[in-house]
Amino acid sequence: MRHDRDKGLAGAAVGVGLALGGLAFGAFLTQRRKGGGDDAPFYTRKSPERDDAVLGRTVTIRKPRAELYEFWRDFGNLPQFMENVETIRSEGDHRVWTIKAPAGRTVDVRTEVSEDTQNERIAWRSVEGSDIETSGSVEFTDAPGDRGTRVSLVMSYDPPAGELGRAVAKLFMREPEVQARHDLKRLKMLMETGEIATSARTKDETRKAKQQENG
Amino acid sequence: MRALTWHGTHDVRVDTVDDPEIINSRDAIIEVTSTAICGSDLHLYDGVIPGVRPGDVLGHEFMGRVVETGKDSTLEKGQRVVVPFTIACGGCFHCKVQQFSACENSNPAEKQDMSATLYGHPMAGLFGYSHLTGGYSGGQAEYVRVPFSDVGPIAVPDHLEDDQVLFLSDILPTGWMAAENAEIQPDDTVAVWGCGPVGLFAIQSAIHMGASKVIAIDHYPHRLALAKQMGAEIIDFRKTNVREALMEMSGGIGVDAVIDAVGMEAHGFAIDNMIDIVKQKVGVGADRASALKQALLAVRPGGRVSIPGVYGGMTDKFPLGALMEKGLQVRTGQTHVQRYTKDLLKKIEEGTLDTTFMISHRLPLEDAARGYKCFREEQDSWTKVVLKPGMTD
Ligand SMILES: NC(=O)c1ccc[n+]([C@@H]2O[C@H](COP(=O)([O-])OP(=O)(O)OC[C@H]3O[C@@H](n4cnc5c(N)ncnc54)[C@H](O)[C@@H]3O)[C@@H](O)[C@H]2O)c1
Ligand SMILES: [Zn+2]
Ligand SMILES: [Zn+2]
Repeated sequence: MRHDRDKGLAGAAVGVGLALGGLAFGAFLTQRRKGGGDDAPFYTRKSPERDDAVLGRTVTIRKPRAELYEFWRDFGNLPQFMENVETIRSEGDHRVWTIKAPAGRTVDVRTEVSEDTQNERIAWRSVEGSDIETSGSVEFTDAPGDRGTRVSLVMSYDPPAGELGRAVAKLFMREPEVQARHDLKRLKMLMETGEIATSARTKDETRKAKQQENG
Repeated sequence: MRALTWHGTHDVRVDTVDDPEIINSRDAIIEVTSTAICGSDLHLYDGVIPGVRPGDVLGHEFMGRVVETGKDSTLEKGQRVVVPFTIACGGCFHCKVQQFSACENSNPAEKQDMSATLYGHPMAGLFGYSHLTGGYSGGQAEYVRVPFSDVGPIAVPDHLEDDQVLFLSDILPTGWMAAENAEIQPDDTVAVWGCGPVGLFAIQSAIHMGASKVIAIDHYPHRLALAKQMGAEIIDFRKTNVREALMEMSGGIGVDAVIDAVGMEAHGFAIDNMIDIVKQKVGVGADRASALKQALLAVRPGGRVSIPGVYGGMTDKFPLGALMEKGLQVRTGQTHVQRYTKDLLKKIEEGTLDTTFMISHRLPLEDAARGYKCFREEQDSWTKVVLKPGMTD
């Protein structure tokens, strides 16, 4: 069952990965402004120019911009579709993300909202004293016609400090991308259909699948 | 419950597995009264579709009675419904433009990567058809969990027998869409490769849409006879040079439209087909596309190519030049079943489509493994197998 275990660990790692990083955020903003000579998003650039510590992903959701913005703005909603985020609670101006880590552990990430433009963009970054550093942003733009809204998530994830972080980063540097992709798909499902698709036949099977994913 | 499960190539068994449960609020549980074995199931049986796992419940053509509903299901307990094999949410972009088999929300997020890697985009969820398409438990079982039950299942009136409406789940709309994709005009000569259930329904649909002549190609006498019964002229490819015959039968012009209702496991001893058979056997996965290749050469310049036959991967020596130089138009895909069920049900009620003529065998679910074996090995006489979970025999 090596395969399953790997999957479990990977799953847990990406949760951490998603919330990691921090320093690179400023760097990629600069990079973004610099442009790559064409109109493609900077994170689609080929290696070696590509910054592997930054990921970006867009999904189109058939819902009005305002509705999606409002949903995201309430960070407490995010664990519904972010599989490796256990809870996000508010403490004053801060949000504390409790993220599943390997071996049943959790990591707390303390963030603040660094930008909030109504119906357009929300950005966040970790504050001093957080277990690990992270930053991210989500942008909402109108899709053509009645196709709804384009939701773009950009995150940076520099390898985290510490023993746990090093182990995780070494093994699964690319996994946060997979996690982000799956999370956005689940967000789309939730918003467009009111539920998250599963092919499980029994409730027990869904529980087992979850446990496996979380190692 | 009892269910037909896959264990490996040519190894399917009726096992006892856990009953399905309502998981999401739009789910319903259906107690299956009739379910069929499809040519597509043979691709799983033969082990040429990736992503099937031991224990998977197969079957995607089924109907039955609603026995349980989630709180957002629009079905009612006791209702008799036919369930499309394509699982579609009704709310995404592709569902809105009626491309239901491309639904973006029915294949679970963590299962989408495999098909996204293979095809550039993920596939929709399908019942009982490998983990590429979600890994959903299928309909060759006593009960099925049906997601998005407010979108797919179509209620059928009690005066119609199961056998009359069962094929709304797949092959009737598939044959219909195959003919629609061939954009049939009144003066057309249309050639159909394969006289299995899909080909036979494509023939019936093409004639219904006004084709002046339909030519059916196969090598099984009984299947060819059914095609003839439906109004087609027939060619036995073991005895006749197909391309030459098609040129002659279309007055030297070539047929206006071709329909490949064979798919990735074409029979025949053409050299390229033999090489592809070997490749499929050793697992380097070349689809055996010899019927399609022949069709591309037979169709007239500017003609239409419709491919309901299933292909899963790559193929070698594809006549790309014929496609381009002759300016052909190709349309294909897993059927957008939900697009057709209502209209086709009406046609069944009016009696304008015959939906039972191809059923050769009705077996209890317990005999499903034998059904697979015979449907594969005795194709000529076993044209379509319907399994009845309630049948005791
Ligand atoms: N697009 C869809 O949504 C959809 C739905 C259902 C089935 N299918 C596919 O349609 C195809 C046919 O399904 P079916 O249930 O009728 O299968 P089937 O296996 O019963 O029939 C296939 C027929 O093709 C004939 N054949 C094989 N090689 C041939 C050749 N070289 N020339 C002419 N005929 C040849 C066989 O003798 C057989 O009669 C399969 O690939 C199946 O997977 C597609
Ligand atoms: Zn089928
Ligand atoms: Zn959909």
